[in-house]
Amino acid sequence: MDFRDTAEEAAFRDEVRSWLAENLVGEFAALGPGGGPADESGYEVRLEWERLLGRDKWVGMAWPREYGGRESGIVDQVIFNEEYALAGAPARISFFGEGLFAPTLIAYGTEEQKQRFLPKIQAVEELWCQGYSEPNAGSDLSNVQTFGVLDGEEWVINGQKTWTTLAHRADWCFCITRTNRDAPPHKGISYLLVPMHQPGVETRPLKQMTGTAEFNEVFFDDARTDKSMVLGQVDDGWKVAMATLGFERGTAFLSQQLGFARELGDVIAVAQKNGSAEGAVIRQRLAEAYVGVQIMKYNGLRMLTSLARNGVLGPEASIGKLFWSTWHRNLGELAMDVLGADGAIIEGAPGAGYELNELQRSFMFSRSETIYAGASEIQRNIIGERVLGLPREPKSK
Amino acid sequence: MNFAFSEEQEELRQTIRRFLEDKSPSTEVRRLMETVDGYDEAVWKQMGQELGLQSLHIPEEYGGQGFTFVELGIVLEEMGRVLVCAPYFSTVVLAADAILNAGTDDQKQALLPGLASGETRAALAFTEPNGRWDASGITIEARPEGDSFVLDGIKSFVIDGHTAELIVVVARTPGSTGEDGIGFFTVAGDAPGLTRTPLATMDQTRKQAKLEFSGVKASALGEVGSGWAALSKTLDQAAVGLANEMVGGAQKVLEMSVQYAKDRVQFGRPIGSFQAIKHKCADMLLEVESAKSAAYYAAWSAAEDNDELPVVASLAKAYCSDAYFHAAAENIQIHGGIGFTWEHDAHLYFKRAKSSEILFGDATYHRELLAQRIGI
Repeated sequence: MDFRDTAEEAAFRDEVRSWLAENLVGEFAALGPGGGPADESGYEVRLEWERLLGRDKWVGMAWPREYGGRESGIVDQVIFNEEYALAGAPARISFFGEGLFAPTLIAYGTEEQKQRFLPKIQAVEELWCQGYSEPNAGSDLSNVQTFGVLDGEEWVINGQKTWTTLAHRADWCFCITRTNRDAPPHKGISYLLVPMHQPGVETRPLKQMTGTAEFNEVFFDDARTDKSMVLGQVDDGWKVAMATLGFERGTAFLSQQLGFARELGDVIAVAQKNGSAEGAVIRQRLAEAYVGVQIMKYNGLRMLTSLARNGVLGPEASIGKLFWSTWHRNLGELAMDVLGADGAIIEGAPGAGYELNELQRSFMFSRSETIYAGASEIQRNIIGERVLGLPREPKSK
Repeated sequence: MNFAFSEEQEELRQTIRRFLEDKSPSTEVRRLMETVDGYDEAVWKQMGQELGLQSLHIPEEYGGQGFTFVELGIVLEEMGRVLVCAPYFSTVVLAADAILNAGTDDQKQALLPGLASGETRAALAFTEPNGRWDASGITIEARPEGDSFVLDGIKSFVIDGHTAELIVVVARTPGSTGEDGIGFFTVAGDAPGLTRTPLATMDQTRKQAKLEFSGVKASALGEVGSGWAALSKTLDQAAVGLANEMVGGAQKVLEMSVQYAKDRVQFGRPIGSFQAIKHKCADMLLEVESAKSAAYYAAWSAAEDNDELPVVASLAKAYCSDAYFHAAAENIQIHGGIGFTWEHDAHLYFKRAKSSEILFGDATYHRELLAQRIGI
């Protein structure tokens, strides 16, 4: 047990720091850390920044060298992400391609598919979106109804996806599609790769309670993709889809703790400025939030060690999602209580739009975090059944 | 970066677990908790002679094995798991650390080998009937008299105070207040003028006593008057030790709950298949695992004796005591009626969780301390 960097880790950290100091300058530095992968501000500049990252192999750093990666271990990835967050570098637009699709592609794709897609992801020339949720398939994801049927050498796809982050910017969609209606729900799904720029695909922004539209609805109306654009076997896409979710729930949160710590720092600063930090109840809640954000760090480091030693993230990763999303929701509520009367007022004149400040935005946006990527109730089922081994609920007839 | 126990540490854990499963089954815990002394002399000796548990984290120059707080944390976690009835926490965590933090080298040479070998049982008397865990709670004055001091007044909530052979007493110089004037003193358990009264404890597995000092002669331990730093550090180490002990109990009640949820059938199916129970268990796992992360990190920080210790000690004490109490309470709820009986062990853990929550300041106290320590 030792939380200090080894000599190799320290050297790598220096390398990352130097690279960031040299490159995160000018208009790139001016972007700031922003709100998340879906933050649209400064889009073109952010794209340019990510292409710079890709050029120097910071996109895809974990990939095998034959696909342009650095074969970085998990600890180095976390060091990079830590330094990236500490430098206040922009949230990554390429998250869905690099963070979710690429690891799944490396695990399940054919050689041809890897050669076709990985270089474009690393160069940030092709962006991806995740076609999972549908109006009638949220927590019950295996109920997806978007249907794909082979027509000669092409799949023809019809249906609707929703909550699709950055769909309006994406070039491709990894889309879980029902390809066999006669099989049981989990057995008739294929993981199709669908080009977004075609007449059969329409994207509409989905305006949320925050007033912004980070998510979209995507409509497939005789959309087409080549027969070869299936990841894994036809009708066997459920396990591929679950692998992607494992990446989403597992590794992504390991470095987001730093962003949360910064956000808590902002809330503490407001509380000290407006005097609410002198009240016993607010003090308790601020301390509790601090405890939570530190424990997130410790949990992450324990998981990281286990990942580095054993190579896999188990269902225990669900603890992370449940922990951070609940913590962040509580922080949003605390932030509003700290703001007091000011929290109820939106900056700008009435009718000038609905521009929330950062704390108001967290307060509202965090309501989505206990729902997306597996709602908290689903996370508790996963923990109960797969970690603790409790019996499943009997299937409804 | 490495947040895992080494192979040797895991072996140590297995060795201790086997020893305690043999020496401290529920039947023994129940036998000892009904006694006034609350420990078994033979098992206490075996802990020292067979496993060297008392000497584990004491430096080699004072008769110990020179391991760190991480290994000590493992021992405490295993003891918490089975609710060991022994004056271990009082002797090894409280008294030994107080001597290490406050004593001169000569005093450590004189006192620690006895503690390390298990020959001497010791206690730390700092809390008073006012029940405060901070400097302002210490009101007993130590009156200088020749080369030594004289103590008059009452200490209370002293863990294993009625059975200890050596008592480390915290008092203050006449007329001093707050963090000024604090000093450590040593008194023999059978010193003239010292009246020791065992208290009936709600958590019968951990004994406490009231100590009345009436003109008791005491020797100074370290420099009298500037002892606050040493006491504060001792209390931080105690909070870390207790946090590790608590996660052992928390893990045990989680296991009891999950097993019962798998076995108990109602409405024609195991109750663990109902989300009402499953989600309780999931929340317990999240809290227990998080508590472990906090306790282990804090143990490492104590082992390193780094600047983070005060912050992580309060953090771990606050989180682990809430997590343990919650888990112990849910364990009763999940067990239903059987969980409310004297016969079932659930209440033993529930009571230990509560007494541990109170000890050294509850979660509210430590969150406030934490707020101050991080500059809020």
